Amino acid sequence: MFCFKGIKYRSKFINLHAKNVYYSMSKNIKLKKGLNINLVGEADKVYASVKFNKNFVIKPTDFHNLTPKLVVKVGDKVSAGSPLFFDKYNDKVNFCSPVSGEITEIVRGAKRRILELRINSDDIISYKKFDFKNYEKFSREQLVSAMLESGLWPFIKQRPYDVIANHIDVPKAIVISAFKSAPLSIDNDFALYGMDDLFQKGLDIISKLTNGITHLNLDGNTNSSKAFSEAKGVQINKFSGPHPAGNVGVQIHHLDPINKGESVWCVEPQDIIAIARLFSEGKFDVSRIISVCGSQVLKPRYYRTILGACISNFLVDNLHDGDYRVISGNVLTGEKINIDGNLGFYDTQITVIKEGNEPEFLGWALPGFNKFSLSRSFFSWLTPTKKYDISTNMRGEERAYVVTGQYDKVLPMDIFIQQLIKSIMIEDVEMMENLGIYELSPEDVALCEFVCTSKIEVQSLIRDGLDLLIKENS
Amino acid sequence: MKIFRNLLDTVKPIFDKGGKLEKLYPAYDAFETFLFVPGHATHSGTHIKDSIDLKRTMAFVVLAMLPCIVFGMWNIGYQYYSAISEESTLIENIIFGFWKFLPLLIVSYSVGLAVEFAFAISRGHSVNEGYLVSGMLIPLIMPVDVPLWMLAVSVVFAVVIGKEVFGGTGMNILNPALTARAFLFFAYPSYMSGDKVWVHGASVDGYSGETILGALASNTSSWDSLLWNASDAFYGIIPGSVGETSFLAIAIGALILIYAGIGSGRIIISTFIGGYLTAYLFNLWGYNALMSTPAHIHLLIGGFAFGAVFMATDPVTASQTNKGKIIYGLLVGFFAILIRIFNPAYPEGMMLAILLMNVFAPLIDHYVISGNVKKRLSRLKLKS
Repeated sequence: MFCFKGIKYRSKFINLHAKNVYYSMSKNIKLKKGLNINLVGEADKVYASVKFNKNFVIKPTDFHNLTPKLVVKVGDKVSAGSPLFFDKYNDKVNFCSPVSGEITEIVRGAKRRILELRINSDDIISYKKFDFKNYEKFSREQLVSAMLESGLWPFIKQRPYDVIANHIDVPKAIVISAFKSAPLSIDNDFALYGMDDLFQKGLDIISKLTNGITHLNLDGNTNSSKAFSEAKGVQINKFSGPHPAGNVGVQIHHLDPINKGESVWCVEPQDIIAIARLFSEGKFDVSRIISVCGSQVLKPRYYRTILGACISNFLVDNLHDGDYRVISGNVLTGEKINIDGNLGFYDTQITVIKEGNEPEFLGWALPGFNKFSLSRSFFSWLTPTKKYDISTNMRGEERAYVVTGQYDKVLPMDIFIQQLIKSIMIEDVEMMENLGIYELSPEDVALCEFVCTSKIEVQSLIRDGLDLLIKENS
Repeated sequence: MKIFRNLLDTVKPIFDKGGKLEKLYPAYDAFETFLFVPGHATHSGTHIKDSIDLKRTMAFVVLAMLPCIVFGMWNIGYQYYSAISEESTLIENIIFGFWKFLPLLIVSYSVGLAVEFAFAISRGHSVNEGYLVSGMLIPLIMPVDVPLWMLAVSVVFAVVIGKEVFGGTGMNILNPALTARAFLFFAYPSYMSGDKVWVHGASVDGYSGETILGALASNTSSWDSLLWNASDAFYGIIPGSVGETSFLAIAIGALILIYAGIGSGRIIISTFIGGYLTAYLFNLWGYNALMSTPAHIHLLIGGFAFGAVFMATDPVTASQTNKGKIIYGLLVGFFAILIRIFNPAYPEGMMLAILLMNVFAPLIDHYVISGNVKKRLSRLKLKS
């Protein structure tokens, strides 16, 4: 065992995989930096059920940098798995309907940009038939083209840039995080309970997409379920420590950091199940388990639903009084939606918290027993395990950078993040590359944005920097 | 609070766009946000935010200075009554000190904030909180008898040349409070380097109010032969600038800053280590009175401790990387003692050391960062 900068590596497992015989050293990585934001409203591990809502929406805006080209029009009938649109600049990548039904509306925004495709679902979903017999024997190319055709490809994302993977590339590794560490995130051990076989099938398919190692990263703070801990054909690593230990970006940084010109792909555990279902059952079944959580939810629970589902039925008669904000995703990276809005493509939780639009008299001067902060400048440091009901208030105004060293406390990566942000502000491409922008995605720096005294929008700055590099490198 | 809210709401239209005084909006905004944390909700990025903001941060630094302020006021009174050889009680000392300190404070804040407001209004940006700290620091590092007009001139110089010409809080290269002190020192040297300004009343009756450093620098007496001993210096019952004398009060402030996570412990501790080691090495040489003064005494006297805790830690002008902070601190300590010993004209080296390192802080960061860049580039080379 040796120590380096607070991170301890310890080899623990040796995997021997029958097909590609390699020895891989599993890693046990302990991260010290980061921050767990304890929020009230964690979902109980119980499934609740609500009336099926027939409104489904696919939002092309969920896919960064995508220019959609429609293949359906209003009034068309679709099955689950029928293409709705494809990527204008990469026409092999199909985006398919999660349910069968009728296209009811195509919502456009400024410059006729397509914002939403609305689908009115049938009561009983009929699936487009896919026939992938002998998929176990498929070559990598066959798998890729099957996934492109069937609408599974958007589930594969890549680093750098945090966009849908470029199917022409061969990634140097695939990294799957089996757990989420963001506030109130779903528990994948619970959500994938009993799906061990499907998950293994999915892993076998996914791991063919790379010539390198497929990493499956488990939560080192708890004992993971069998689906994860007994997975075969992958390198199992353990990450422990506070959020963002569960972020793939952070994990890649410690396993096999990305250099310029390289890519690593990543997939969410629930999407691996969808991939396995398509190949083994021949249907595009994107059922999804989500948690409905947050301080404003009366009974935070888990629900079985389908990608793109309308969330209103989960929240009707299930909210506390008062102003609220509904977020598809978590409080750090999610997107604000309406109460009759829809689940985002990559999201597995709906968070509802208080809207914080009340001014507070001398708020900056009060002792603040009930104010969460990374610093100990509020008396809340007396109660470190307390759970907080944090509203959406800005808690201050945007200012120039004054405080330093704050971001370093919550980013467990060997990156000078404040200097990187400044290089993005002045659009110094070479400096951005040198400081490691390829290793970051907006979600990895969400905590930096949360703790920032000057209230700088760090996530969107990182996004701007990445977009600039996409342009430069294309 | 309702009264304030209603008042603000009634006058707001005058300052809003299209109102009579729309140009003065930054001034209105400063008062409004001072009284109320605005009810703005997040609109993009993270939906929730940490409770800390710049106002809280700055207010906390002022809070950490409170022990120094209270002790400083007491010491003004104590030194005065000793100079005129009169008995005095604790309360009398503090009251006397309060009335001496208050004009300094009022001039510092009113002149400094007036300049800040003027710049904010002319540039149309909001008033930054930085001056809350600078405005308190400046009177604390001044001798009690500094003429108020001199203080006002130095404040204007510090805020305009030290800060606003670079773009305001967060953009400045030199610590504004030290810029004020440096301005006074170089513009009016006869006032600042003599032995008459440190104790009120000293100039009247011929009492020698010179500081320990002044006495040692003249090389007429060694530390052992001085009136004061180490515990006087530790508690701060010595002549000097208002806030700098008590090591104990400064140490309390340092603990508050470090524990709250607002001041950089790296800088504070490395400054003390750098100063101690340098002083220790000169002890071995021992050529003159300052060189032979014990190393730990060097840290107790003059502005060393106050500078290390409240000046060197200014996040804007210090190094910004963690490694850089340690190097920066060590060098501040080193230069402070070096200047103190080798510059008999002005033994108080802390001010110059910090200003010097303020200028070099970006260079230190540059080297720390290029280490990280090299590591990344060599990883890339290894691959290809």
